Amino acid sequence: MTLLIILLAVALAVVMSAVLVIGSGNRRRTRARQAAPVAPRAPLSPPAPLPAPLSPPAGAVAAPPLEAPALGAPEEAVVSRPVLRERLGRARGLLSGYFEGIRSRKGIDEATFEQLEEALILADVGVATTTRVLDDLRSRLRDGTLSATDPPALLQALQADLTALFDGDVESLEYGEGDGPTVWLFVGVNGVGKTTTIGKLALREMQTGRGVVLAAGDTFRAAAGEQLETWAERAGARIVRGSDGADPSSVIFDAVQHAAARGSGLVLADTAGRLHTKVNLMEELRKVRRVAERPPGQLTEVLLVLDATTGQNGVVQARQFTEAVGVTGIVLTKLDGTAKGGVVLAIRSELGLPIKLVGVGEGPADLVPFDPVEFVAALFG
Amino acid sequence: MFDTLTDRFEGILTRLRGRGRLGDAEVAEVLREIRVALLEADVNLAVVQDLIERIRARCTGAELAKHLTPAQQVIKVVNEELTSTLGGEALKISYAPKPPTVVLLAGLQGSGKTTAAAKLARWFRQQGRHPYLIGADLQRPAAVEQLRVLGTEIGVGVFSEPTDPVSVARQGLAEAVRLGRDVVIVDTAGRLAIDRELMDEVRRVSDSVRPNYTFFVVDAMTGQDAVQTAEAFHKTLQLDGIILTKVDGDARGGAALSVKQVVGKPIAFLSTGERVDDFETFHPDRLASRILGMGDVLSLIEKAEREYDGDVANQALERLQAGTFTLDDFLDQLRQLKKMGPLTGVLSLLPGVPKEMRDAKVDDRDLSRIEAIICSMTPIERTDPTVLDGSRRLRIAQGSGTSTTEVNNLLRQFKEMQKMMRGFGPMAKLAGGGRAGKAGKPGKGNRKKAKGGRVTPSSRGLGPTR
Repeated sequence: MTLLIILLAVALAVVMSAVLVIGSGNRRRTRARQAAPVAPRAPLSPPAPLPAPLSPPAGAVAAPPLEAPALGAPEEAVVSRPVLRERLGRARGLLSGYFEGIRSRKGIDEATFEQLEEALILADVGVATTTRVLDDLRSRLRDGTLSATDPPALLQALQADLTALFDGDVESLEYGEGDGPTVWLFVGVNGVGKTTTIGKLALREMQTGRGVVLAAGDTFRAAAGEQLETWAERAGARIVRGSDGADPSSVIFDAVQHAAARGSGLVLADTAGRLHTKVNLMEELRKVRRVAERPPGQLTEVLLVLDATTGQNGVVQARQFTEAVGVTGIVLTKLDGTAKGGVVLAIRSELGLPIKLVGVGEGPADLVPFDPVEFVAALFG
Repeated sequence: MFDTLTDRFEGILTRLRGRGRLGDAEVAEVLREIRVALLEADVNLAVVQDLIERIRARCTGAELAKHLTPAQQVIKVVNEELTSTLGGEALKISYAPKPPTVVLLAGLQGSGKTTAAAKLARWFRQQGRHPYLIGADLQRPAAVEQLRVLGTEIGVGVFSEPTDPVSVARQGLAEAVRLGRDVVIVDTAGRLAIDRELMDEVRRVSDSVRPNYTFFVVDAMTGQDAVQTAEAFHKTLQLDGIILTKVDGDARGGAALSVKQVVGKPIAFLSTGERVDDFETFHPDRLASRILGMGDVLSLIEKAEREYDGDVANQALERLQAGTFTLDDFLDQLRQLKKMGPLTGVLSLLPGVPKEMRDAKVDDRDLSRIEAIICSMTPIERTDPTVLDGSRRLRIAQGSGTSTTEVNNLLRQFKEMQKMMRGFGPMAKLAGGGRAGKAGKPGKGNRKKAKGGRVTPSSRGLGPTR
């Protein structure tokens, strides 16, 4: 490998120099030399000592939806959680049109399957999973298990098949059985909502009476720690932070030690968003995991946070993160938009990962356990 | 990000190349493959169907039959249709006659608006402008804080206060005018397209600052939903362009095609990494070539111009031509290369890099290891590697924390490289100065005909690596 790299490096270097000389000959222009680029993971310059612009009261003015449910009816919300179907209802017009069309027809033909295929692909289920599911239905039509003149039965069979992908279970989050604090680690690509998910979970878990410690393991993105701190204040949870650019493993280690010393039962560990293609960052994550499972901490969940708008790349993400840190479950966020989040069907059928939580709104009570029956029913409208 | 799409097309096209003549059945099969490839790349279904129809119309019947090599014709058609779907010309920013030029960023939560705002500000600075950032995202905790940190990093002022987004935008604009800034970038909170309240709010922000450009920030990993979201934002805000983010992942980036098609406005910028300077203007023709596996040479050249020190490169080329390229020069080049970011990123832009090499996990730490080896050599050893005997090699290995095998490998490769470069030297000169001459041994990878002086050396220079 090294040989190859040497060759490459040099070939590229030569390409660059040649290109440059020619380029500069062609158009000589002033190039403002900048300071050397920031190293990929160099510590950021310390934030200017500004008054926190987003102290909770200020946030309340700007963001009533964030505050109101938190103070309003959290207890009740946990018990009677928002019905997924209602939340998704706003966005389901598109697909239900397809299914209505099929339902109202007299028989089942290739056009029916084409429409089903389109509907599932539009829901981001992906070509491979869609083809597999539909081929199965086709074969059942052939051997007479399904009637060719009964479209509603076909749709029911499809719905049952998709629900069965999830084994029909509501997966719950695991707590450790020993004495040490339970650790849940949150991983995912950039911008999927890891920090927000942790904030909401902290609120929920604090209400159940568990002492919660938040570990601000995202030491890379500017102000990620501040964001988590705001949530800690709202939830009344403790937070352990490192300096910007600190080793995330050490922050999480400290948080576990802190939780153990204080007798807190649960550590929610945030990590910086990273694309699964970045080898070095995935290595860093492996280390974070190794540190997080060190006693007294008991690592029971590694949750991959996934944005519902994600397309087929979600499968690749799930595979890569599972390979690196052994993902135990998926948190599907932002399902209250127009996206259907069908990629979790592909993930489930290809990798068998359970979906544990879904986010259906901005409020803390809008993070609910995943219910396969509701989820699939919502797809069908 | 477009690699996988590229791979699929390469597979399809390889099979096509073997065929002399394409019947209707073959065309149908190819189109089906292209359809699946595009759908798996998350291109929106409607857009795919539209695209396939246009390709079908041009690939069946008379137009194709006239050609002796139908496969090449199909490639050409697909390329043209992709390019036209991605948009004709790159967006050119025209600055407001009466500054400041106002740019508004909007999009879903987590699409990367705040980061894009900072990157855009830096880009404007590079264009010689004086940007100013307004943090109107008062929704997400610490979003403004994030913008301030980034602003400090790139040396651009940030305005925000905890009131409401509309007045923040208005006052920020007034402040920018007072400070004499000529570009103002407004970062807004992420919102769902169906959230009427927040969509109204962003419309009011927009009305209050009257942006010259409104950019829709969209994640390259977005699935089928990209179309609906883009439509909704376009209806509310009248978008002028698109910023595609997280392009450095392995998402196939079909969202780019979809959004472009729906909004009908150009993709203006690509956000390609975590560093603030990982930001490029978008060129549809280059991207289409990239999808078809032709590499993106022009982007590479621009990146090189930005990062590479011209004098050092000039010297290196001179020595190269004179055949006196030493390990010291090699070290210089290596360091320049490191500045351009992760090696894999650079590789993905090069044309003709074989798939195995593109997919190879190139660990950038290996570069550092080579650097360490050379740094452990004395000046004499660097200029004349022949003095290196066993004991010197052992010393170098120990000094650099490597093994003698690694040192030996490096030296062997370096020697071969020197040989190779003696052939390359006159070629580069030929391309640069236009002097006709016998150009040494072009590597066997020299498979492309020169399109122009600036493209030639790149594709040739790569040859020997294959």
